[in-house]
Amino acid sequence: MPLTGWWPRAQPVAGAPGVRRLAVGPQEWTQVAEAVAAGGGVLHALWVNGTPAEGAQVYAVYLCAPGALAVELTLAAGDARPYPGLQGRFPAASRLQRAAFELTGVRSSDADRRAWLVHADPYPFTRVDGEGVHEIAVGPVHAGTIEPGHFRFSVVGEKVLRLEAHLGYVHRGLERRFTALPILAGHRLAARVSGDSAVAFSWAYCQALEGLAGATIPPRAAWLRAVCLELERLANHLGDLGALGNDAGFAFGLTQFSRLKEDVLRATAAAFGQRYLFDVLVPGGLSVDLAGDGARALADAIRGACAESAELRTIYDEHEGVRARFSGTGRLGPALAAQLGVLGLVGRASGQGRDARLDLPCLPYTELPVAKVVLHDGDVAARVAVRFEEVQECGRLLRQLLSKVPDGPCTAVLEEPADGAFGIGLIEGWRGPVLVALQAGPAGTVRFCHPHDPSWQNWPALEYAILGNIVPDFPLINKSFNLSYSGVDL
Amino acid sequence: MLKSLRKILSVGLISQAPPAPDERLRTGQALDARIAAVLGRTLCIRHVDAGSCNGCELEIQALGNPYYNLEGCNVRFVASPRHADLLLVSGPVAKNMAEPLRRVYAATPDPKRVVALGDCGCTGGLLGQCPAALGSVANVIPVHVAVPGCPPSPLRILQGILTAIER
Repeated sequence: MPLTGWWPRAQPVAGAPGVRRLAVGPQEWTQVAEAVAAGGGVLHALWVNGTPAEGAQVYAVYLCAPGALAVELTLAAGDARPYPGLQGRFPAASRLQRAAFELTGVRSSDADRRAWLVHADPYPFTRVDGEGVHEIAVGPVHAGTIEPGHFRFSVVGEKVLRLEAHLGYVHRGLERRFTALPILAGHRLAARVSGDSAVAFSWAYCQALEGLAGATIPPRAAWLRAVCLELERLANHLGDLGALGNDAGFAFGLTQFSRLKEDVLRATAAAFGQRYLFDVLVPGGLSVDLAGDGARALADAIRGACAESAELRTIYDEHEGVRARFSGTGRLGPALAAQLGVLGLVGRASGQGRDARLDLPCLPYTELPVAKVVLHDGDVAARVAVRFEEVQECGRLLRQLLSKVPDGPCTAVLEEPADGAFGIGLIEGWRGPVLVALQAGPAGTVRFCHPHDPSWQNWPALEYAILGNIVPDFPLINKSFNLSYSGVDL
Repeated sequence: MLKSLRKILSVGLISQAPPAPDERLRTGQALDARIAAVLGRTLCIRHVDAGSCNGCELEIQALGNPYYNLEGCNVRFVASPRHADLLLVSGPVAKNMAEPLRRVYAATPDPKRVVALGDCGCTGGLLGQCPAALGSVANVIPVHVAVPGCPPSPLRILQGILTAIER
């Protein structure tokens, strides 16, 4: 049965618009996966709620043509049989299923059962044999100011034959930590799933919570949340453009772009009291309203950053050395990107034109269409170009948003949600679509919460993008993906 | 080339003055005068993320932008703990990072200083109570200066670093 047959059977879910939930049995679980794959859809998230002893629900969320489909497979209490694995159709499922097993004890039928989040024994990396092949082990503590993770390169000379990442070093047990917090305080933890995406995660959490509590936020709050989300995108893109110049040996780029990023952060702090907007988005709306002075500071910083970014783009484009390092490096072609289900800006640089702001728009994006940036070369140059284009688009959106923010209150009071109420939040962060699945417990507690970062999909793609490149280009390629460790280590 | 030079000239010097050290951030012993003499006026830092949400990392990176003039304070980040005088550690310590953190500490030559960063690094914070986290940095290695904040601002981080090397 094609996907159009399944979709009408699915029920709308509270929270993000365009998300539906479909309860299935084990056979249908596989049939839906086949239908999604045949229709060009991708796996977005996968998690398990429960244990084999108490019974469990396995969820897979697919992004497909009609919307986002959350497929729910219920396993009876005491049923220790594995559920059908999805790795064959959706490669990103492998690590998701292994992590879910370690968190809950519920296992998939897929063959790869290596530990992922729990580091007990040496990780069994896949070995490459052959004359002159040797391994380079990097991490978990890296040379730069970045998060910890381990990369194992198999190389001949300088050429990379294989890269395998092993993450999970900053696994802290966020899912269980959520259940110890009041449901009205969980947005603070959501903002810290991956600090660089504080707005995206806290919005997704609030969207899920407001949905399951049956609340509607004031229009002003929705518009200001979008201002925050686009500021987060702008600041991160500016930072990445500088770091990418630096990794190509052009320190001038880092100096200039890090200055522009700082200007945006300072204006953000002037407007909302927070450089990275932690805890500005709260259940029901925003904790801070935007005043006239703040709006003017933002407008000035945005105008400056966009104008100077355009000027710096011509400098990058005309710089022979930078161009040579960027173009053709770390190529991830559209066909492979589609097969791997790559998401977000990395996907948009490889012909995968998904953007939740357009595909599953919530207010204010329903009234303010985003110009999607899609390129097809899939190399570092394309990922740089997507960022340059999105900086300008951010500027356009922010100017529109700031000029049209409706008057009125910026918070609404939230009723305590009913025990068992379920919601999904889905927000296009700067890196890609961020998802939060939330289930309320009794008396304002959290029964279950799962935050999902798009880096789950994109980390495996990095291992393909590096193939055939030289080891010294890895930092550049890695930076062009700029994936989260904290967001996937949970 | 000409465009880059023109840009550099048009922006000009924008660096701010460094902050004064703040004794209230100190949690361990102050630096011995003899050790301070060995370190001289330069300081090499190795950063370790032991389990942070990456918010502290954003502010450490921001410390490198032209406004804060880090190298003007004779401070620079180095690629290996073996080259470092000071460890800047963020996050609650995730269980999986406890051993790497101990090894980094052991690999750093004496005399060494440790600055714990952020609410999570100082006290465990919101993330420190997670089931697979061990709380503050001081639970795993000795800490001399603790800089709270979520995340602490670049100036606050710089203040913590300068406090750590004050006699």
